[in-house]
Formats: sequence, C-alpha cells, structure tokens
Amino acid sequence: MSVTVKLPTILRKHAGGEARVPAEGATLRDVLVKLESDYPGITKNVFAEDGGLHRFINVYVNDEDVRYLGSLETELAEGDTVSILPAVAGGS
Amino acid sequence: MTGPKSAKAFTEEQVQRYARHIILPNVGGAGQRKLLDSSVLVIGAGGLGSPVAMYLAAAGVGKLGIVDFDRVDMSNLQRQILHTNDDVGRPKVESALEHLRAINPTIEVVGYDDLLFSTNVFDVMEPYDVIVDGTDNFPVRYLVNDATQFLAKPLVYGSIYQFEGQATVFMPGKETPCYRCLFPSPPPPGTVPSCAEGGVFGVLPGVIGSIQATEAIKVITGEGETLEGRLVLYDALNMDFQEVRIRWDADCPVCGKEPTITELIDYEQFCGVPARPE
Repeated sequence: MSVTVKLPTILRKHAGGEARVPAEGATLRDVLVKLESDYPGITKNVFAEDGGLHRFINVYVNDEDVRYLGSLETELAEGDTVSILPAVAGGS
Repeated sequence: MTGPKSAKAFTEEQVQRYARHIILPNVGGAGQRKLLDSSVLVIGAGGLGSPVAMYLAAAGVGKLGIVDFDRVDMSNLQRQILHTNDDVGRPKVESALEHLRAINPTIEVVGYDDLLFSTNVFDVMEPYDVIVDGTDNFPVRYLVNDATQFLAKPLVYGSIYQFEGQATVFMPGKETPCYRCLFPSPPPPGTVPSCAEGGVFGVLPGVIGSIQATEAIKVITGEGETLEGRLVLYDALNMDFQEVRIRWDADCPVCGKEPTITELIDYEQFCGVPARPE
C-alpha cells in the first residue's frame, strides 16, 4: 500500500525538511520500518525499548489513534494518511 | 452560570459594547448574559494567554483570572500581544491586568503572580467556571489537567511548537477524555521539545490562542460544537489544519476505570522554570 506519512516538525530534519513523505507497507509496522530505512534515525523516539510505540508519541491512521485500531499491526489501505504526533508543551 | 442574574437587564453601555454579539444568532442576549455571568482562569499570560485573555475580556467574560509568575522580556513582544514595549521588566500579571482593563473596564480581572503547584492550584482554580491552559511546560500542563479532572472543570487546551499547534477541549464527566488519555505521562526530559527550544513563529500562538478563546466561549454559552473528543492540529508553515479523534481511555491513570493517580503530582521542572519552593 502507498500511504502518506505526516511528520511533526521535530522529525522533519531526518527527511530533508519535508512535512509529508510517501511510504509503503501493509501494516503500520511495515511503514515505520520503511520510513526508518529511507530516513535513518526518524523513528528513534517513536519506538519504545520494548519495541512498542512510545506513550508520549501518538500515531494516527487517518483520524484514528492506532491504539484503538491494531497498534503496530494496524492494516493500512491505499492512500491512508499516517500522522505522527508528539506531545507538545509550548505556549509562551 | 445561570441563576437569578440571568434575568438582569443589560445596561445601556453593555448593549452598546456587546451589540454585535447580542444581534448574532447563537450568541444573542442570552449568550451574552452567560458570558457576563461566567468566570475563566487563563493560565499563562504569554503567547497563548495573550489572545485568549484579550478576546475573553473583549467578549465580556465577567471575571477573568490571569496566572503568570514571569516578567515581560523584550523577546516576548514578537508574539505576546498583551504586553507592550513599555512593559518590559514588569510582572506579566501587572501588565496583563492593565491592558485587559483598557480593553474592557467593565469586567473583573484578577491576577495571580505565582507559579502553580500542587499546593495552590486548587485554591487558584476553585472560583472559576472554565480553565484555559496557556502554559509552556509539561509539569504545569499535567498539574492543570489533573486538577481540572479532580475539580470537574472544563479545560480548554492549546500548545505550540515552532510552526505547529494543537488545541482541544477536555470536559469533566464520566467516560470523557482528559489530557492523560491522549498522553498518559510527561515525556522524559530531552525526548520531545519543550518550552522555548527552537523558537516560535510569532503569529502561531495567535491562531491557537484564538481557537482556545472560541472554545471557551462555546463552553460557556453552550452553543455550537466544541472540540471535545477532537484534537485540532495546525501547521502554519504549510497552512494545514487536521483533526484527529481523542477517545476516553479506560486505562487512563486519572480518569480511567481504575485510576492510579488520585492526588496532584509536582513533576520535576526541566525547562529552567524555578523548582517548587521547599
């Protein structure tokens, strides 16, 4: 499946400043693995030490949090948008 | 927000001042009365707090509380539109109150020149109907979330980083999401950006803060559909608005079925913000 990955500002430096990058994969895990191979270091803070997703970074497929889908095994459809969203605290 | 006051007639000045609200469908006289009878606490008089407080003062929110421990710095003026050049060096609360009174001298404005901790947050929040989070660090954001959950008060959330912003509304109640349903605990220091790291696009807090002011008014008037259950993501650089769902998490440490957090926590400050006084 071809999907679009939307990157938050903090991860764009790994992808030449791009806000959206294309990726391929049948599941979210495939897409993140592909993303890491295309842009080394980009998923460093996405995966926790246990191999799951960090809890201070959320991942959405379209508008749904993947925790309520199938987490890393969430199956993707052609044209889906995967959004990576870190917790952000700024406000001043 | 209702009660005997609701029957009160507007003064001549109020009719003039709020004319464009009073003739507006979905606000009207009834909505304006609710605003006048309401109270909102704005936490932070900075980038987000500036537009929030200014719009809420202008809209006639009857009592507006402003919390900030900081002083106005020259580098704030690029985005913190509540303060002016002459205010550099003054306590932000003092500057904020003066400018808010200039916008609308008919409302009550109250300042809290203080940091929020577990020891004072309940007392500060208690008198207010709605809480708006415009702070700039994780420890206070979690403190504010937990305190609003324990006090069952609506929380209007907004945060910004460089060119990106997020906003939503957390309503009290059974099986409604809170900030910890979205992000259960603060990230370890150094893993995600916090505070002033990397700069901020000056207009960005204007957009997110205006969304927060919009939502606070809707929470008060009860009209329209708030952002409850929806997180708006804004990317100013690409002018991209996106919306994702926020669900109540049955495993949430604060509002889940078996809460593990039942009292307030003072997380370690890691942004150069002074630590809790001993």
